[in-house]
Amino acid sequence: MSTLHTVNKSAFERNSLESCLSVCKANASVLLIEDAVVSALQNTTISEQISAAANTGVKFFALSEDLRARGLSDRRVMDEVTLVDYAGFVKLTTENDRVQNWL
Amino acid sequence: MSDTKTFVYINRKAPYGSIYALESLEVVLIGAAFEQDVKLVFMDDGVFQLTNNQDPESIGMKNFSKTYAALGDYDVNQIYIDQQSLEQRGLSLDDLQALVYEDEDDDWAEKSSIHLVNREELSEIIESADVLLNF
Amino acid sequence: MKFTIQINTGPYTHQASDTAYQFTRAALEAGHEIYRIFFYHDGVNNGTSYSVPPQDDRNLQQLWSDLAEQHSLDMIVCVAAAQRRGIMDEGESAKHGKGSPNIAPGFQISGLGQLIEGGVQSDRLLVFGD
Repeated sequence: MSTLHTVNKSAFERNSLESCLSVCKANASVLLIEDAVVSALQNTTISEQISAAANTGVKFFALSEDLRARGLSDRRVMDEVTLVDYAGFVKLTTENDRVQNWL
Repeated sequence: MSDTKTFVYINRKAPYGSIYALESLEVVLIGAAFEQDVKLVFMDDGVFQLTNNQDPESIGMKNFSKTYAALGDYDVNQIYIDQQSLEQRGLSLDDLQALVYEDEDDDWAEKSSIHLVNREELSEIIESADVLLNF
Repeated sequence: MKFTIQINTGPYTHQASDTAYQFTRAALEAGHEIYRIFFYHDGVNNGTSYSVPPQDDRNLQQLWSDLAEQHSLDMIVCVAAAQRRGIMDEGESAKHGKGSPNIAPGFQISGLGQLIEGGVQSDRLLVFGD
Protein backbone atom coordinates (compact mmCIF):
# COMPACT_ATOMS: atom_id res chain seq x y z
CA MET A 1 0.00 0.00 0.00
CA SER A 2 1.49 3.31 -1.03
CA THR A 3 0.50 6.93 -1.45
CA LEU A 4 1.19 9.38 -4.26
CA HIS A 5 1.60 12.90 -2.90
CA THR A 6 1.35 15.86 -5.24
CA VAL A 7 2.69 19.29 -4.32
CA ASN A 8 1.91 22.36 -6.42
CA LYS A 9 3.51 25.22 -4.49
CA SER A 10 7.10 26.41 -4.48
CA ALA A 11 8.89 25.33 -1.32
CA PHE A 12 10.44 28.80 -1.26
CA GLU A 13 6.98 30.29 -0.74
CA ARG A 14 4.84 27.76 1.14
CA ASN A 15 5.31 24.90 3.59
CA SER A 16 3.33 22.28 1.68
CA LEU A 17 6.40 20.29 0.57
CA GLU A 18 7.74 20.38 4.12
CA SER A 19 4.40 19.17 5.54
CA CYS A 20 4.22 16.50 2.85
CA LEU A 21 7.72 15.19 3.59
CA SER A 22 7.00 15.10 7.32
CA VAL A 23 4.27 12.49 6.81
CA CYS A 24 5.78 10.61 3.87
CA LYS A 25 6.28 6.89 4.23
CA ALA A 26 9.46 5.33 2.85
CA ASN A 27 7.55 3.80 -0.08
CA ALA A 28 5.72 7.02 -0.98
CA SER A 29 6.02 8.92 -4.23
CA VAL A 30 6.09 12.72 -4.38
CA LEU A 31 5.20 14.44 -7.64
CA LEU A 32 6.08 18.12 -8.03
CA ILE A 33 3.70 19.99 -10.35
CA GLU A 34 2.91 23.61 -11.27
CA ASP A 35 5.04 26.05 -9.22
CA ALA A 36 6.42 23.18 -7.11
CA VAL A 37 8.74 22.11 -9.94
CA VAL A 38 11.15 24.84 -8.82
CA SER A 39 11.75 22.76 -5.70
CA ALA A 40 13.40 20.09 -7.89
CA LEU A 41 16.34 22.26 -8.95
CA GLN A 42 19.92 21.46 -7.96
CA ASN A 43 21.85 23.41 -5.34
CA THR A 44 18.95 25.15 -3.63
CA THR A 45 18.15 25.53 0.06
CA ILE A 46 15.55 22.77 -0.46
CA SER A 47 17.85 20.23 -2.16
CA GLU A 48 19.13 18.75 1.08
CA GLN A 49 15.60 17.97 2.35
CA ILE A 50 14.80 16.20 -0.91
CA SER A 51 18.05 14.21 -0.83
CA ALA A 52 17.45 13.18 2.77
CA ALA A 53 13.92 11.97 2.00
CA ALA A 54 15.12 10.20 -1.15
CA ASN A 55 17.70 8.37 0.96
CA THR A 56 14.92 6.96 3.14
CA GLY A 57 13.23 5.54 0.02
CA VAL A 58 10.79 8.30 -1.00
CA LYS A 59 10.64 8.56 -4.79
CA PHE A 60 10.57 12.04 -6.35
CA PHE A 61 9.08 13.06 -9.68
CA ALA A 62 8.56 16.38 -11.44
CA LEU A 63 6.18 17.19 -14.28
CA SER A 64 8.35 17.88 -17.32
CA GLU A 65 5.75 20.11 -19.03
CA ASP A 66 5.77 22.46 -16.02
CA LEU A 67 9.59 22.63 -16.00
CA ARG A 68 9.69 23.34 -19.72
CA ALA A 69 7.03 26.05 -19.38
CA ARG A 70 9.20 27.82 -16.82
CA GLY A 71 12.39 27.65 -18.87
CA LEU A 72 13.97 25.15 -16.51
CA SER A 73 15.94 22.58 -18.44
CA ASP A 74 16.22 18.94 -17.45
CA ARG A 75 19.91 19.14 -16.63
CA ARG A 76 19.29 21.56 -13.78
CA VAL A 77 17.06 19.08 -11.96
CA MET A 78 18.39 17.04 -9.03
CA ASP A 79 19.50 13.48 -9.81
CA GLU A 80 17.03 12.21 -7.21
CA VAL A 81 14.08 13.57 -9.23
CA THR A 82 12.66 11.62 -12.18
CA LEU A 83 10.88 13.59 -14.89
CA VAL A 84 7.43 12.44 -16.00
CA ASP A 85 4.94 13.81 -18.52
CA TYR A 86 1.13 13.87 -18.06
CA ALA A 87 0.88 10.23 -19.15
CA GLY A 88 3.43 9.44 -16.43
CA PHE A 89 1.38 11.47 -13.93
CA VAL A 90 -1.67 9.33 -14.73
CA LYS A 91 0.41 6.16 -14.40
CA LEU A 92 1.68 7.24 -10.97
CA THR A 93 -1.90 7.67 -9.74
CA THR A 94 -2.72 4.10 -10.80
CA GLU A 95 0.48 2.58 -9.40
CA ASN A 96 -0.23 4.01 -5.95
CA ASP A 97 -3.28 3.21 -3.84
CA ARG A 98 -4.36 6.76 -3.14
CA VAL A 99 -3.51 10.35 -3.97
CA GLN A 100 -2.90 13.07 -1.43
CA ASN A 101 -2.93 16.49 -3.13
CA TRP A 102 -1.22 19.06 -0.91
CA LEU A 103 -2.81 22.38 -1.85
CA MET B 1 -16.21 -3.70 -3.58
CA SER B 2 -17.72 -2.43 -0.37
CA ASP B 3 -19.52 0.88 -0.60
CA THR B 4 -18.09 2.03 2.72
CA LYS B 5 -14.86 3.91 2.28
CA THR B 6 -12.62 5.90 4.57
CA PHE B 7 -12.76 9.61 3.72
CA VAL B 8 -9.99 11.73 5.21
CA TYR B 9 -10.42 15.50 5.06
CA ILE B 10 -7.19 17.44 5.44
CA ASN B 11 -7.66 21.03 6.59
CA ARG B 12 -4.54 23.18 6.36
CA LYS B 13 -5.82 26.72 5.94
CA ALA B 14 -6.87 29.35 8.48
CA PRO B 15 -10.52 30.48 8.43
CA TYR B 16 -11.91 33.79 7.03
CA GLY B 17 -8.85 34.70 4.92
CA SER B 18 -10.25 32.27 2.36
CA ILE B 19 -13.47 30.31 2.01
CA TYR B 20 -11.84 26.87 2.14
CA ALA B 21 -12.55 26.21 5.84
CA LEU B 22 -16.25 27.03 5.49
CA GLU B 23 -16.82 25.15 2.26
CA SER B 24 -14.84 22.16 3.56
CA LEU B 25 -17.17 22.01 6.56
CA GLU B 26 -20.14 22.05 4.18
CA VAL B 27 -18.74 18.98 2.38
CA VAL B 28 -18.22 17.17 5.67
CA LEU B 29 -21.83 17.84 6.74
CA ILE B 30 -23.28 16.70 3.41
CA GLY B 31 -20.90 13.74 3.31
CA ALA B 32 -22.08 12.56 6.73
CA ALA B 33 -25.36 11.46 5.13
CA PHE B 34 -23.45 8.92 3.03
CA GLU B 35 -22.50 6.89 6.12
CA GLN B 36 -18.86 6.56 5.22
CA ASP B 37 -15.98 6.30 7.66
CA VAL B 38 -14.96 9.96 8.13
CA LYS B 39 -11.77 11.38 9.63
CA LEU B 40 -10.93 15.08 9.91
CA VAL B 41 -7.34 16.26 10.14
CA PHE B 42 -6.41 19.79 11.18
CA MET B 43 -2.77 20.66 10.53
CA ASP B 44 -0.63 23.66 9.63
CA ASP B 45 -2.84 26.81 9.73
CA GLY B 46 -5.91 24.53 9.71
CA VAL B 47 -5.64 24.32 13.51
CA PHE B 48 -6.88 27.94 13.62
CA GLN B 49 -10.26 26.75 12.30
CA LEU B 50 -11.07 25.35 15.75
CA THR B 51 -10.02 28.22 18.02
CA ASN B 52 -12.42 29.34 20.74
CA ASN B 53 -14.12 32.73 20.77
CA GLN B 54 -14.12 33.42 17.06
CA ASP B 55 -15.98 36.67 16.35
CA PRO B 56 -15.91 37.54 12.65
CA GLU B 57 -18.89 39.88 12.78
CA SER B 58 -16.54 42.85 12.89
CA ILE B 59 -15.25 41.85 9.46
CA GLY B 60 -18.77 41.32 8.17
CA MET B 61 -18.66 37.54 8.07
CA LYS B 62 -20.80 34.81 9.56
CA ASN B 63 -19.43 32.88 12.53
CA PHE B 64 -19.52 29.29 11.29
CA SER B 65 -17.16 27.97 13.97
CA LYS B 66 -20.06 26.88 16.19
CA THR B 67 -21.02 24.33 13.54
CA TYR B 68 -17.97 22.22 14.43
CA ALA B 69 -19.61 21.44 17.77
CA ALA B 70 -22.47 19.76 15.89
CA LEU B 71 -20.19 17.32 14.07
CA GLY B 72 -20.60 14.74 16.83
CA ASP B 73 -24.36 14.64 16.14
CA TYR B 74 -23.53 13.72 12.53
CA ASP B 75 -21.34 10.80 13.67
CA VAL B 76 -18.24 12.71 12.66
CA ASN B 77 -16.18 11.98 15.74
CA GLN B 78 -12.68 11.14 14.56
CA ILE B 79 -10.95 14.50 14.67
CA TYR B 80 -7.17 14.59 14.59
CA ILE B 81 -5.16 17.66 15.56
CA ASP B 82 -1.50 17.84 14.61
CA GLN B 83 0.48 18.55 17.77
CA GLN B 84 3.47 20.01 15.94
CA SER B 85 1.27 22.56 14.13
CA LEU B 86 -0.25 23.64 17.47
CA GLU B 87 3.16 24.03 19.10
CA GLN B 88 4.61 25.96 16.16
CA ARG B 89 1.75 28.44 16.56
CA GLY B 90 1.98 28.77 20.35
CA LEU B 91 -1.35 27.02 20.83
CA SER B 92 -2.53 24.13 22.98
CA LEU B 93 -5.74 22.08 23.03
CA ASP B 94 -7.11 24.55 25.62
CA ASP B 95 -7.25 27.18 22.88
CA LEU B 96 -9.49 24.97 20.75
CA GLN B 97 -13.15 24.03 21.01
CA ALA B 98 -13.80 20.86 23.01
CA LEU B 99 -15.61 18.71 20.42
CA VAL B 100 -17.56 15.77 21.83
CA TYR B 101 -19.95 13.03 20.77
CA GLU B 102 -22.29 10.65 22.53
CA ASP B 103 -21.17 7.03 22.23
CA GLU B 104 -24.25 4.92 21.49
CA ASP B 105 -22.27 1.74 22.24
CA ASP B 106 -21.45 3.01 25.71
CA ASP B 107 -24.83 4.15 27.08
CA TRP B 108 -24.53 7.50 25.26
CA ALA B 109 -21.57 8.53 27.35
CA GLU B 110 -20.12 11.87 26.25
CA LYS B 111 -16.62 11.42 24.82
CA SER B 112 -14.07 13.66 23.20
CA SER B 113 -13.83 13.54 19.41
CA ILE B 114 -10.40 15.15 19.47
CA HIS B 115 -7.17 13.20 19.23
CA LEU B 116 -3.80 14.92 19.42
CA VAL B 117 -1.44 13.23 16.96
CA ASN B 118 2.18 13.42 15.86
CA ARG B 119 3.41 13.30 12.26
CA GLU B 120 3.95 9.55 12.37
CA GLU B 121 0.34 9.02 13.40
CA LEU B 122 -0.78 11.46 10.71
CA SER B 123 1.10 9.38 8.21
CA GLU B 124 -0.91 6.33 9.30
CA ILE B 125 -4.18 8.27 9.02
CA ILE B 126 -3.33 9.23 5.44
CA GLU B 127 -2.46 5.60 4.68
CA SER B 128 -5.84 4.52 6.08
CA ALA B 129 -7.71 6.65 3.53
CA ASP B 130 -9.53 5.51 0.43
CA VAL B 131 -10.33 9.10 -0.46
CA LEU B 132 -8.39 12.21 0.58
CA LEU B 133 -10.10 15.57 0.29
CA ASN B 134 -7.95 18.68 0.56
CA PHE B 135 -9.21 22.23 0.75
CA MET C 1 -9.58 2.74 -13.67
CA LYS C 2 -12.32 5.17 -12.62
CA PHE C 3 -11.36 8.73 -11.65
CA THR C 4 -13.21 11.60 -10.02
CA ILE C 5 -11.55 15.00 -10.42
CA GLN C 6 -12.27 17.91 -8.09
CA ILE C 7 -11.34 21.45 -9.17
CA ASN C 8 -11.21 24.17 -6.52
CA THR C 9 -10.04 27.22 -8.46
CA GLY C 10 -11.39 29.25 -11.32
CA PRO C 11 -9.62 29.56 -14.65
CA TYR C 12 -6.63 31.85 -15.34
CA THR C 13 -5.75 33.09 -11.82
CA HIS C 14 -4.24 29.72 -10.92
CA GLN C 15 -2.94 26.92 -13.09
CA ALA C 16 -5.06 24.27 -11.36
CA SER C 17 -7.86 24.16 -13.95
CA ASP C 18 -5.27 23.82 -16.74
CA THR C 19 -3.50 21.02 -14.89
CA ALA C 20 -6.79 19.23 -14.23
CA TYR C 21 -7.69 19.55 -17.91
CA GLN C 22 -4.34 18.15 -19.10
CA PHE C 23 -4.56 15.34 -16.54
CA THR C 24 -8.11 14.46 -17.60
CA ARG C 25 -7.10 14.31 -21.26
CA ALA C 26 -4.10 12.12 -20.46
CA ALA C 27 -6.24 9.78 -18.36
CA LEU C 28 -8.80 9.45 -21.16
CA GLU C 29 -6.02 8.81 -23.70
CA ALA C 30 -4.67 6.05 -21.45
CA GLY C 31 -8.10 4.39 -21.59
CA HIS C 32 -9.30 5.30 -18.10
CA GLU C 33 -12.82 6.33 -17.23
CA ILE C 34 -13.56 9.79 -15.86
CA TYR C 35 -16.51 9.10 -13.59
CA ARG C 36 -17.11 12.73 -12.68
CA ILE C 37 -15.53 16.17 -12.68
CA PHE C 38 -16.68 18.26 -9.74
CA PHE C 39 -16.19 22.04 -9.71
CA TYR C 40 -16.16 23.51 -6.21
CA HIS C 41 -15.17 26.79 -4.51
CA ASP C 42 -14.09 29.32 -7.22
CA GLY C 43 -13.77 26.31 -9.52
CA VAL C 44 -17.43 26.90 -10.44
CA ASN C 45 -16.20 29.88 -12.49
CA ASN C 46 -14.85 27.43 -15.07
CA GLY C 47 -18.47 26.89 -16.03
CA THR C 48 -19.52 30.40 -17.07
CA SER C 49 -20.41 30.88 -20.71
CA TYR C 50 -19.81 34.63 -20.29
CA SER C 51 -16.05 34.22 -20.25
CA VAL C 52 -14.39 35.83 -23.30
CA PRO C 53 -10.60 35.55 -23.04
CA PRO C 54 -8.38 37.23 -25.66
CA GLN C 55 -8.27 35.28 -28.92
CA ASP C 56 -4.60 34.35 -28.56
CA ASP C 57 -5.24 32.80 -25.12
CA ARG C 58 -6.77 29.43 -24.35
CA ASN C 59 -10.47 29.40 -23.52
CA LEU C 60 -10.71 27.02 -20.59
CA GLN C 61 -14.50 26.98 -20.42
CA GLN C 62 -14.61 26.04 -24.11
CA LEU C 63 -11.92 23.39 -23.65
CA TRP C 64 -13.90 21.78 -20.83
CA SER C 65 -17.19 22.00 -22.77
CA ASP C 66 -15.58 20.40 -25.83
CA LEU C 67 -13.98 17.63 -23.78
CA ALA C 68 -17.31 16.94 -22.09
CA GLU C 69 -19.02 16.64 -25.44
CA GLN C 70 -16.36 14.37 -26.96
CA HIS C 71 -16.25 11.99 -24.01
CA SER C 72 -19.74 12.42 -22.50
CA LEU C 73 -18.19 13.66 -19.27
CA ASP C 74 -20.30 14.23 -16.17
CA MET C 75 -19.24 17.77 -15.20
CA ILE C 76 -20.92 19.01 -12.05
CA VAL C 77 -20.88 22.53 -10.66
CA CYS C 78 -21.67 22.68 -6.93
CA VAL C 79 -25.00 24.46 -6.48
CA ALA C 80 -24.17 26.26 -3.22
CA ALA C 81 -20.78 27.43 -4.50
CA ALA C 82 -22.37 28.46 -7.82
CA GLN C 83 -25.13 30.48 -6.15
CA ARG C 84 -22.54 32.39 -4.14
CA ARG C 85 -20.62 33.21 -7.30
CA GLY C 86 -23.44 33.82 -9.77
CA ILE C 87 -23.27 30.73 -11.96
CA MET C 88 -26.84 29.84 -12.91
CA ASP C 89 -28.74 27.48 -15.12
CA GLU C 90 -32.25 28.30 -16.30
CA GLY C 91 -33.96 26.92 -13.21
CA GLU C 92 -31.65 28.69 -10.78
CA SER C 93 -31.84 32.07 -12.50
CA ALA C 94 -35.65 31.91 -12.68
CA LYS C 95 -35.85 30.87 -9.01
CA HIS C 96 -33.69 33.80 -7.90
CA GLY C 97 -35.16 36.35 -10.33
CA LYS C 98 -31.93 36.84 -12.28
CA GLY C 99 -31.36 37.41 -16.00
CA SER C 100 -30.18 34.99 -18.65
CA PRO C 101 -28.62 31.78 -17.39
CA ASN C 102 -24.86 31.68 -17.85
CA ILE C 103 -23.89 28.07 -17.36
CA ALA C 104 -21.80 26.75 -20.24
CA PRO C 105 -22.61 23.65 -22.31
CA GLY C 106 -21.61 20.38 -20.70
CA PHE C 107 -21.75 21.75 -17.14
CA GLN C 108 -24.60 20.81 -14.81
CA ILE C 109 -25.56 22.28 -11.45
CA SER C 110 -26.00 19.76 -8.66
CA GLY C 111 -25.27 19.18 -4.98
CA LEU C 112 -22.20 18.40 -2.92
CA GLY C 113 -23.44 14.84 -2.56
CA GLN C 114 -22.19 14.27 -6.12
CA LEU C 115 -18.63 14.85 -4.92
CA ILE C 116 -18.95 12.31 -2.11
CA GLU C 117 -20.65 9.84 -4.43
CA GLY C 118 -17.76 10.34 -6.89
CA GLY C 119 -15.34 9.43 -4.11
CA VAL C 120 -17.36 6.34 -3.23
CA GLN C 121 -17.73 5.12 -6.82
CA SER C 122 -14.25 5.94 -8.18
CA ASP C 123 -10.93 4.17 -7.72
CA ARG C 124 -9.07 7.46 -7.40
CA LEU C 125 -10.06 10.99 -6.47
CA LEU C 126 -7.73 13.87 -7.28
CA VAL C 127 -8.08 17.46 -6.10
CA PHE C 128 -6.67 20.35 -8.10
CA GLY C 129 -6.61 23.80 -6.56
CA ASP C 130 -4.65 26.66 -5.06
